[in-house]
Amino acid sequence: MKKVQLYLLAFVIAAVGLSGAFYKWQVLSFPLTPNKEVEVWTVQARAEFDTNGRANTVMLQIPNRTPGSQPFFGIIEETFISRGYGQNIDKDRGGRAVEWTIRRDSAKPRVLYYRATIVRDQNYSEGSTIPRVAARPELDEPEQAALNTIFETVKSESADIASFARAFVRRFTGDMDDDARLLLGAADSAEDRAKFVIGALGIRNIPARIIHGFVLGDPSSGATLKPYVQVHNEEKWITLDIETAAVGLPEDFLVWSTSERPTLEVGSDKRPMLEFSVQRNLSDAIAMAKRRTEVRDEALIRYSLLSLPLDKQALYQILLMVPVGAFVMLILRNIIGLKSFGTFMPVLVALAFAHTDLLSGVLLFTLVVTLGLLARFVMEKLKLLLVPRLTAVLILVILLMCMVSVVSHQLNLEVGLSIALFPMVIMTMTIERLSIAWDERGPTYAIKQGVGSLIVAILCYFVMAWPALKHLIFVFPELLLVLFAMTLLLGRYSGYRLTELFRFGPLAVDTAIRAAPIAAPNAAPIASGGAPADSGPSASGAHKESP
Amino acid sequence: MNRWNLWAVAKQLSAIGLVGLNRRNAEYVLTHNQRKYYPRVDDKLITKNMAIAQGLPVPELYAVIREEHEIDELHAKIKTRETFVVKPAHGSGGDGILVITGRKGNRYRRSNGQLMTHDEFNHHISNALSGLYSLGGQADHVLVEYCVQFDPIFDHVSFRGVPDVRIITFKGYPVMSMIRLPTRMSDGKANLHQGAIGVGIDIPTGITCRGVFGNELVKEHPDTEHSIIDLQIPRWDELLMIAAKSSDLSGLGYVGVDIVLDRDLGPMILELNARPGLAIQIANGQGLALRLRKIDALASLAKDPLERIAFSKANFATV
Repeated sequence: MKKVQLYLLAFVIAAVGLSGAFYKWQVLSFPLTPNKEVEVWTVQARAEFDTNGRANTVMLQIPNRTPGSQPFFGIIEETFISRGYGQNIDKDRGGRAVEWTIRRDSAKPRVLYYRATIVRDQNYSEGSTIPRVAARPELDEPEQAALNTIFETVKSESADIASFARAFVRRFTGDMDDDARLLLGAADSAEDRAKFVIGALGIRNIPARIIHGFVLGDPSSGATLKPYVQVHNEEKWITLDIETAAVGLPEDFLVWSTSERPTLEVGSDKRPMLEFSVQRNLSDAIAMAKRRTEVRDEALIRYSLLSLPLDKQALYQILLMVPVGAFVMLILRNIIGLKSFGTFMPVLVALAFAHTDLLSGVLLFTLVVTLGLLARFVMEKLKLLLVPRLTAVLILVILLMCMVSVVSHQLNLEVGLSIALFPMVIMTMTIERLSIAWDERGPTYAIKQGVGSLIVAILCYFVMAWPALKHLIFVFPELLLVLFAMTLLLGRYSGYRLTELFRFGPLAVDTAIRAAPIAAPNAAPIASGGAPADSGPSASGAHKESP
Repeated sequence: MNRWNLWAVAKQLSAIGLVGLNRRNAEYVLTHNQRKYYPRVDDKLITKNMAIAQGLPVPELYAVIREEHEIDELHAKIKTRETFVVKPAHGSGGDGILVITGRKGNRYRRSNGQLMTHDEFNHHISNALSGLYSLGGQADHVLVEYCVQFDPIFDHVSFRGVPDVRIITFKGYPVMSMIRLPTRMSDGKANLHQGAIGVGIDIPTGITCRGVFGNELVKEHPDTEHSIIDLQIPRWDELLMIAAKSSDLSGLGYVGVDIVLDRDLGPMILELNARPGLAIQIANGQGLALRLRKIDALASLAKDPLERIAFSKANFATV
């Protein structure tokens, strides 16, 4: 495969991995750093009403749960406390409502609840609802005249639907003039004014609606629904505050209902009570991101690690770090040029260190390997064949591990218990290789190699136990694709290793010195030939052929 | 130039065409050596049989041991041999090679003077059969073969053991060469990483030029204190021919050919190596890349080994 293809492949793989991670970070709000907490609100609507012992229907408008339907928030969980009522969620163009029905109910008072867990979600996309013109109010002649006067002045002050609507709403805020007062009459609440405004705009064929909701950021509980007027300018809904005529929703506004129907309707009670309470708390960001994903796209979470049982998740949190450790090994071996026993032995040892702490891990490892080595030397005298010898060492290693655990438990050193996590087969092989190196190349070499491997393992440990990285890889496993791409690239790295620069240092110095005096008189041929030592003597025939 | 100025070192090394491990693996071993031909060089028995079939000289094979039970029969088979070498077929880096130079009563005398009981001897072979010395630890077989009586020219410059000549060939052309001299430190073995000295050989003439011990340049043998430079390797043209032909035989593009010089029998192929080490560059004071590139630049490769040797002699001088 050509290098260009390799680069291209690596680039594509890295791009896939990065864009996956980017999507999860930006769109699904998975946190980049560990232990990040997010604000979570629990909003509760409490409907209280009297019943009359007959069939009853209760209809409560509830917030839209479709992802992206809320300007500031997303609903990740809902609970209904329906107390024997049959329950049905209605979703129509006006909004979303829960309909509770029962054949017979005589409780006085009856209380039903709706509870939603809400987190921030900035991915607002307005649905393509077809706006509807509100029903026109019935006006008598003076009112009609007053309204026309207002329309005339407003029209002269405005340029488009948005500014027209805004100017119109402004007439019904603050100190109203006589026309406005006449039109509103007794309708003085914000609700009534909003209703009148959308009706009046309907006369001008401007689609308008009322939305209800409240600001969540407010810590005070007992939030009350506040109406806002929205007009549609053929592109989008424009929100107007009925009190101030300000444009736009306030920050952190939760849209509870967009329906024209009352928020709560009860068949048996004309004056039901509806109360809201808001509670804010902090929650683990990953869990929230996960729940948010569940709502948004079930498949995405079903096929992700977060769907696994917690103990398996912990396992994968460890396993996912193995490639990172292996990558560190790759760099240490192919770029730095360090040597170690076994290609990935240090990675597995580092994995074990992650369970103990580093110091006790190193001590325990050294202890078991040293004792195993002693046993191995004793067994050398028995002249066992290779496989039986390995088996014997393995058995001894396990016995040693038991012994260390029991002794340290008696001494109240709990850390000794974690020795069970050491990879025993790896330790057995390490002992075997160490003892062979000891025999063949001498103790100095063997100890040097052993300590070298331990240092490499410690380096791997530091990278693999880095909490930020651990979190990043677990939450964004697709980043391993980036690692994969980097591995592909390094797979064709043919430059020098760092240790080679030390190894061949004297050669470089020597050749530089030898080249210098020759280079001076005939610099040109060297520059063109590039290989002074190769081309010179043979061309001049300075050497004689051997017989 | 300061050797600790790593940037300058890297630039200088690159200028002299020094091939590092990564480059050797990526551009020469992986690219020019097909894996299917590896057994030809990794298994010394296959190498030997192929060489015999081609009429190339190799040390005589006394016995092959494939199973544990054959170990006991071995002692009878080699009763008449005073000296011999035990070699794991897949051994690498000289590990597991046992050179027996004589007997004392029931015991074997090793080249380093130590005596070995039958039990110890059997245990060594058993280890080798289990794959202790083979790459990847797979089960192995063991060769017992003629122990080379090395040419007296090397008496002064080697310490107990057989010096051998390594010639690296690329696409059949001899490229660079050195002679490896055992030292006290290398325990009679001719492997540089075990402490043997490598001495670069000028390809056109077969005269040694510069020695490397560890990573340092030396002019004398550390044990015998005799000069190791300006020695004429005897029968050099024969050696080059053997290298060129072995290269063809192996099917590998980039291969190291190890040849020993026997006092009576002349040059013999010891083994081939699909991943020859890099220290040869220090011994020659020159990188391999410049020479390898010259061969890469050839429009067509010569079939006749003589032609290839002529090209190498004309182009690959070491000063």
